[in-house]
Amino acid sequence: MVPTDLRYTKDHEWVRADGAEATIGITAYAAGQLGDIVFVELPDVGRVLEQSAPFGVVESVKAVSDLFAPVAGEVVQANAALGQSPELVNGDPYDAGWMIRVRLSEPGQLDDLLDADAYDALIAAG
Amino acid sequence: MSVTGPRLQPTIFERGRPGRGGGKIPHPPKGSLDRIPMEARRVVPPALPEMNEPDVVRHYVNLSQLNYAVDTGFYPLGSCTMKFNPKLNEWAARLPGFANLHPFAPDEIAQGTLQLLWELEGALAEISGMRAVTLQPAAGAQGELTGILMIRAYHRARGEAERDEVLVPDSSHGTNPATASMAGFKTITIRSAADGGIDLDAFKAALGPRTAAVMITNPSTLGLFETRIGDLLDAVHAAGALAYMDGANLNAILGRFKPGEAGFDVMHFNVHKTFSTPHGGGGPGAGPVGVGEALLPYLPAPRVLRADDGTFRLERSGERPTSIGRLRSFVGNTGVLVRAYAYIRAHGGSGLREVSDDAVLAANYLKHLLAPTFDIPYDRACKHEFVASASTIKKRTGVRTLDIAKRLIDYGYHPPTIYFPLTVDEGMLIEPTETESVETLDAFAEALIAIAGEADATPELVTGAPHTAPVRRLDEARAARQPDLRWRPMTGAQTPCPD
Amino acid sequence: MPYGPHTSDDRARMLAALGLTSVDQLFDDIPVALRASHLDLPPPEPELELAARLTGLAARNRTDLASFLGAGVYRHWSPPTVDQILLRSEWYTAYTPYQPEISQGTLQSIYEYESLLAELVDLDVVSASHYDGAAATAEAALMTCRATRRDRVLISRGVHPHYRETVRTYFAGRLALEEIPLITDGDSAGTTDLAALERLLAEPDRPVAGVIAAQPDFLGLLEPMPAIGQLAHAAGALFVAVIEPVSLAVLAPPGAYGADIAAGEGQPLGIAPQYGGPYLGILASTDALVRQIPGRLVGMTTDLDGTRAFVMTMRAREQDIRRDKAASNICTNQALLALAASVYLATIGPHGLRDVAALGAARAAELEAALALAGAPRIHSGPYLNEFAVRVPDARAVHRRLLDRGVLAGLVLADAEPDDPSLADGLLVCATELTTADEIARFAGALAEVLALAEVLAPAGAAR
Repeated sequence: MVPTDLRYTKDHEWVRADGAEATIGITAYAAGQLGDIVFVELPDVGRVLEQSAPFGVVESVKAVSDLFAPVAGEVVQANAALGQSPELVNGDPYDAGWMIRVRLSEPGQLDDLLDADAYDALIAAG
Repeated sequence: MSVTGPRLQPTIFERGRPGRGGGKIPHPPKGSLDRIPMEARRVVPPALPEMNEPDVVRHYVNLSQLNYAVDTGFYPLGSCTMKFNPKLNEWAARLPGFANLHPFAPDEIAQGTLQLLWELEGALAEISGMRAVTLQPAAGAQGELTGILMIRAYHRARGEAERDEVLVPDSSHGTNPATASMAGFKTITIRSAADGGIDLDAFKAALGPRTAAVMITNPSTLGLFETRIGDLLDAVHAAGALAYMDGANLNAILGRFKPGEAGFDVMHFNVHKTFSTPHGGGGPGAGPVGVGEALLPYLPAPRVLRADDGTFRLERSGERPTSIGRLRSFVGNTGVLVRAYAYIRAHGGSGLREVSDDAVLAANYLKHLLAPTFDIPYDRACKHEFVASASTIKKRTGVRTLDIAKRLIDYGYHPPTIYFPLTVDEGMLIEPTETESVETLDAFAEALIAIAGEADATPELVTGAPHTAPVRRLDEARAARQPDLRWRPMTGAQTPCPD
Repeated sequence: MPYGPHTSDDRARMLAALGLTSVDQLFDDIPVALRASHLDLPPPEPELELAARLTGLAARNRTDLASFLGAGVYRHWSPPTVDQILLRSEWYTAYTPYQPEISQGTLQSIYEYESLLAELVDLDVVSASHYDGAAATAEAALMTCRATRRDRVLISRGVHPHYRETVRTYFAGRLALEEIPLITDGDSAGTTDLAALERLLAEPDRPVAGVIAAQPDFLGLLEPMPAIGQLAHAAGALFVAVIEPVSLAVLAPPGAYGADIAAGEGQPLGIAPQYGGPYLGILASTDALVRQIPGRLVGMTTDLDGTRAFVMTMRAREQDIRRDKAASNICTNQALLALAASVYLATIGPHGLRDVAALGAARAAELEAALALAGAPRIHSGPYLNEFAVRVPDARAVHRRLLDRGVLAGLVLADAEPDDPSLADGLLVCATELTTADEIARFAGALAEVLALAEVLAPAGAAR
């Protein structure tokens, strides 16, 4: 069961809403599918993201995957710890392995995302 | 590998000792470098190892024994055509007249090599059904870039610079989309049809005024002949686009299918696959490119030309302004091309056709032996290679294709290509080539079937493999997270260089 | 078929297992209209006859001349260790080390190559190899554009003309490539015009991604590399040094003068000229650019037991994983030639490499003196290492007449650089440790003879 306080996308990102801002990462399922993550490329602070726009790249030993913004907003912080320790995404995907924080430009978009039950159903379906 | 087999070696940096070696080069006179200004001189000498010749030789011979190679055993690496590398070819490339010829040698003293190159161009044109061939590209991927840059020049010359899309099937080699990007095109990936072949309707839907080219591998990376290729080529040309053929799998169709005759506009050859030039631990190769009428003006320069008097010369700089230019220095990987020439002459037309016949027969026979034990996702006559899958075995036992591949090492085989094409779950792409005997094919099939049995009975034996190789599975995550890409010699450990 | 194992019984057995009567049935899926009718090639040739044919073709090339030709490809003593190691089947009949457990030989040799070259160029990251010096330079140029997100590169006309053409082809008009002229007279003639570079870097709204210069330059002259690098960096551009590896035993390495990327031709490291290849493209960069460098990289790691071992790493940059977003399309590289370079460096050692460079410089000085005396003075006055340009009247004709006298008198510069009038009467000549005093005397003697003959045929003052 995935954390119930988060919202999810079909591309396996999660969003933790926090007032006008939100934190974004990838789910444990996605990290597991990719395998040992060795590199995460994140956007510069200040970049403005459209919803669904690619905002970074995550690399494992033998795969690479684009990261897509679940919601629109301006990047206010990127997780610098992932530069030295990309394995945090495997070990602690919902907390220390977070990727970016954005200032929401359209908070209403949060309502379009999947809740924990819907996401669980998605990954159960494979 | 036996218990007395090869052992891991220290690096040459650890082997070296200050004061060892020398005696190869006469000492230069004092003051030889006096005219070099101080600011242009090297201050800290490079910390290269100092070794005597016996140590050098032992180091590299011992290292070599840690490698698996075609000359040591069966190497069914799909898509790579690991056939036998004839020894005559190695001998020929080392003939002093070939090996010592400088690439800026004037044409009149390079007639032997120029004739060889000209004849090789002709042979490749005949094999491919193309109008002309350039031998310049250094490898298949550079051949792809050559072809796509010619296509770009073709559309621009026709005032159709807006064509900026290249269509590839999802089973294509990664080099195809990477090449398209390098040449400034967008890649549109088309899903394969249920039978593994190209989805004609999906291609037709994607073709349009933005399409510059389609890139097709035929036979496909699944080892299947693209039966709808005629209709696809018609649709491509009707849309004003051109068709590129990735010739990686040419070994299946020599004398049976000529891409140029069938309507492809351009293709590359991988001479280290089809024409037996050795793979060299990753290279060198050579990637000649054949073109039809449409792209003839754009061939890279210089071409090899034959005059009416039977002499040969290289095109002069700027002689053909429509050319896309050069892709590298000089005429090409000539030393590799000498080997390919020798291979083609040794076989002749009838021998080359037999190469494909035997390669295809061997692949179908091996597929037949494996079919009862492994999934065969596309079970029809294959060409020179086929995909088997451990999907069912994985569901039943948890043992993956990766594990089976590693266990093959313990049985004395090089694993097939695994997890490619990306479109097959737990796939292994197996290419036996025409130079492996039926006894080898039988023994290899028995090994794979035995491993499938182990997956049920003793899965940890398979998931822990290899057990007999010089090293066990590697920590690749560590290698990528904390890259250690060079030895750092202890500074000051070297003796100062005498002037 | 000369190398196949199958007897007719073997084929019959395989066909029977498949329930077939003819191998033709396995090709039934090729549409009839698309089937090839025949292969119009000569018949198979027995090995003995083929060997004679190849020997005959090789003999039609002339490699017996006293050669002073370099221009990017240099004759050097290659210790027999190099080719004997290369002829071991375990090296040359293996492929890319996709299975590290049974490829530790190749993997460790590549790691050692990366380390040896890192020492030579004094930069931290060295790719496992590229096709040749020209292709490596083109990849370096593309790297500067990716890293800076700019699309304009400046390349000195002192860079080998084939390399300039190759970068232009790779850029294909998508990215801008502009040439920095050379100084045409004075003490610095033949080297990069720093004032012109400054102007090109200062053009408003046209930021430069990279500046490319060669050391030594195509004309053999030493460039002010530190100054070029400083100008590049001041404009926010990266600096690419095109290098010749043997010279790095005695010349300052790219890392010492602030280059971000080094590219070059590794052929001088024990590899035969072979009329153009296979050679060795050297590509190296600072650590900061490690994610931008294309081509394979091998790193040190451990296996599951903690044993030291080597593996291809940072693979997700490459085409087979990243596909259309890969740094380059390169797949097959020049691994066997990287091995040749490593065996060469290990055999010859640091002192030997310095001797090779210094002896070439000494022989070149002797050559310069002899040619000047024979009537062919240098064109430029700046310092050189082992290659330089001389002026002779009617250089192309003189070059041809010297061929008849058994001398390959370097490169006719008008052929290589047709757009540069200052080189119209130039020959580019080089010496290496293989050049003998006797060869130099033959060249000078024959040149004096040819020039005297020309004097007789076309008296001074007559229009040519």
